[in-house]
Amino acid sequence: MKQLMLGNEAVARGAYEAGVAVVSSYPGTPSTEITECVSTYPEIYSEWAPNEKVAVEVAIGSAVGGGRAMSCMKHVGFNVAADPAYTVSYLGTNAGLVFVVADDPGMHSSQNEQDTRFHARGAHIPCLDPSNSQECKDFVKLAFALSEKYDTPVIVRLTTRVAHARTLVETAERENVPLRDYVKTPQKYICTPANMIKRHPYVVEREEKLAEEANSLPVNRVEMAGTKLGVITSGAAYNYVKEALPEASVLKLGMAYPMPKKLIEDFASKVEELVVIEDMEPFYEDAIKSWGIPCSGKDKTGLLGELFMHKIEQKFANGKEYGPMSTTDIPVRPPVLCPGCPHRGLYYVMGKLGLTVCGDIGCYTLGGAAPLYATDTCLCMGGSIGMSHGMGKARGWEQAKKTVAVLGDSTFCHSGMTGLLDMAYNGRFGTLIIADNSITGMTGHQNNPMNGKNIHGEPASALNAEKLCEAMGIKHVVVVDPFDTAEVERVLKEETAREEVSVIISRRPCELIAKRDRTPIHCDTEKCKKCMMCTKIGCPAIVKKDGGVWVDPTLCVGCGLCQELCKFGALVK
Amino acid sequence: MFNIVIVGVGGQGTLLASKILGYLGTVNGYDVRVSEVHGMSQRGGSVVTYVRLSNDKPIYSTIVEQEQADVVLAFEKLEAVRALPYLKEDGAMIVNTQEILPMPVVIGQAEYPADCMARIHAACKQVVEVDATGMATACGTFKAANVVLLGVLAKKLPFQYADWMNAIENNVKEKFIDMNKKAFDMGYNL
Repeated sequence: MKQLMLGNEAVARGAYEAGVAVVSSYPGTPSTEITECVSTYPEIYSEWAPNEKVAVEVAIGSAVGGGRAMSCMKHVGFNVAADPAYTVSYLGTNAGLVFVVADDPGMHSSQNEQDTRFHARGAHIPCLDPSNSQECKDFVKLAFALSEKYDTPVIVRLTTRVAHARTLVETAERENVPLRDYVKTPQKYICTPANMIKRHPYVVEREEKLAEEANSLPVNRVEMAGTKLGVITSGAAYNYVKEALPEASVLKLGMAYPMPKKLIEDFASKVEELVVIEDMEPFYEDAIKSWGIPCSGKDKTGLLGELFMHKIEQKFANGKEYGPMSTTDIPVRPPVLCPGCPHRGLYYVMGKLGLTVCGDIGCYTLGGAAPLYATDTCLCMGGSIGMSHGMGKARGWEQAKKTVAVLGDSTFCHSGMTGLLDMAYNGRFGTLIIADNSITGMTGHQNNPMNGKNIHGEPASALNAEKLCEAMGIKHVVVVDPFDTAEVERVLKEETAREEVSVIISRRPCELIAKRDRTPIHCDTEKCKKCMMCTKIGCPAIVKKDGGVWVDPTLCVGCGLCQELCKFGALVK
Repeated sequence: MFNIVIVGVGGQGTLLASKILGYLGTVNGYDVRVSEVHGMSQRGGSVVTYVRLSNDKPIYSTIVEQEQADVVLAFEKLEAVRALPYLKEDGAMIVNTQEILPMPVVIGQAEYPADCMARIHAACKQVVEVDATGMATACGTFKAANVVLLGVLAKKLPFQYADWMNAIENNVKEKFIDMNKKAFDMGYNL
């Protein structure tokens, strides 16, 4: 029987069936479940690396060493990994090497609408673009075959609607792929200019051959229907096109790059009007136009957000216009810090002190929302430290003494350590808060180098942040419990006023993994003076009711932060 | 073909509901699409999951769009109002009467609409109101509200009672099976 699989699970299954030896990744929505699922196959060595660059380097090492390897990440993660990825395109690989990169049209949980196909073109790496879970599995296997045939890394690009959708998959047995020989080949694997000048022509030639094979590759498929309208599409957009435009002929590009020029020319010649329907950027459309083939698409679909079926029906088949999906006269429900979240105490105090907070990527980004409002900036993984340092350098001590950088344990390991080193090396002053909740929280609880557990939850070496800071030459390192708000306030005042570099480690485990009594709190209405202090922390469980407060027992986890703020002892268990 | 939209608040257990529906469709020979929400939106925000089951027409898209839903299964009243545009003209709304206040309401920047049920009845002819959270609490934990709601939904889908029991057995932890079956029955026998 076919199995219902998440696109991400199907990618993992594809790697399993393709005989992959090593998978190294860094979590990032919508890609995380791939590597989580890979970790359930004992035949594959899997790990969470500190960041995507390291993960890709590990995968490259495995592939050059003769074992098929894969590295998975979200789209912005590929920017971090771009340095090794662009050059391994020249080196080539030995055993198969695949990068799975998940784009997020519509920014469901991302900071931009970056289109990975441009990286594929920029790095001259072929790129496959599946539409459903079956294709996720099949395309990963195809990617390994192409990688070894052409001595190239291959990108499998997903989008949220493919990665996070469950569709039916036919599974197969794992292929027995013996380790390939490793032969010392310095002219291929040492990226000196002298060597790479000789490799570059190979890259160009390889791409020409791939572009030629693209014309006959079965994943690039023509589905002829009427001749009035022809549509070139791929990925999730293909699914919408099939439902919105049943009369149209379709050229489905399973390989997004390089593109099959002859196949496209031939398809264009068979239809009266050619349109290109693609999520995000006009990647195909611009290329097709550059070949002198008349087509359109983005003039109607635009650059913003994700495509969907109705939009295509409206723009290309005079479909019905629908009213707005969102009703403006009801309150929105934005994501919030969970009840019991350790970051809440820290953000409450930072807001109270009116600090300029350079924030970072993770759950604590939510500390920027009402009522805490305690974040000024958020840019990229680890960016908090460099930004606060730069702001202090531009505006001087008066700014620096009220500015802090905040990032989580996993983000610190990912890209924070080098920023902190810059602050220690060049800073003179500056305050960093490491919000250490002992887990990679936002992506759904992955272990990381600071919590002492590997991907399987087994004991592993744990980074000692205090000693690391000390080794960087930072004299002031203070550990606080974010729920001891009085102490957090005292330490924050002391460390920001210090004209030296300091690090505050705000340490308390994520509420969702903490093991403790969760008896909910309730409000003793006899004692409650209705001062509303407890509502200032933005806890979703504390609700204003009848002039006072009511604690929702289905949400409260009994963390006790509100008890600390209540001067009248009205919040009790 | 059935298009189902499951809406609620992050943490309410909408994923288990879609998992059970996907399982039911698969073992009964349907083509299935389930679209889930992960990451940012889990943190107490609005969550939307789409389930599409077909044993006749081919299906491609993994999402359900405006005016395509046969049923909206709403775990929370305000989220039910938000999901009204999904309903087909003759679509049905199953709504848990629980209220979870969104942050703008918690901090006094907005009010929780007093007329949620009136809005739902005005837009939809087939409304089933259920105190699923209360019923689940009576079975042992408010967390089983998702399965109470599946019990209500069962009456609108072409699967047998035994199929649902089998789906529960195969998708919840063993120690919770009996409690979840009890919760399912409360919705089913409503």
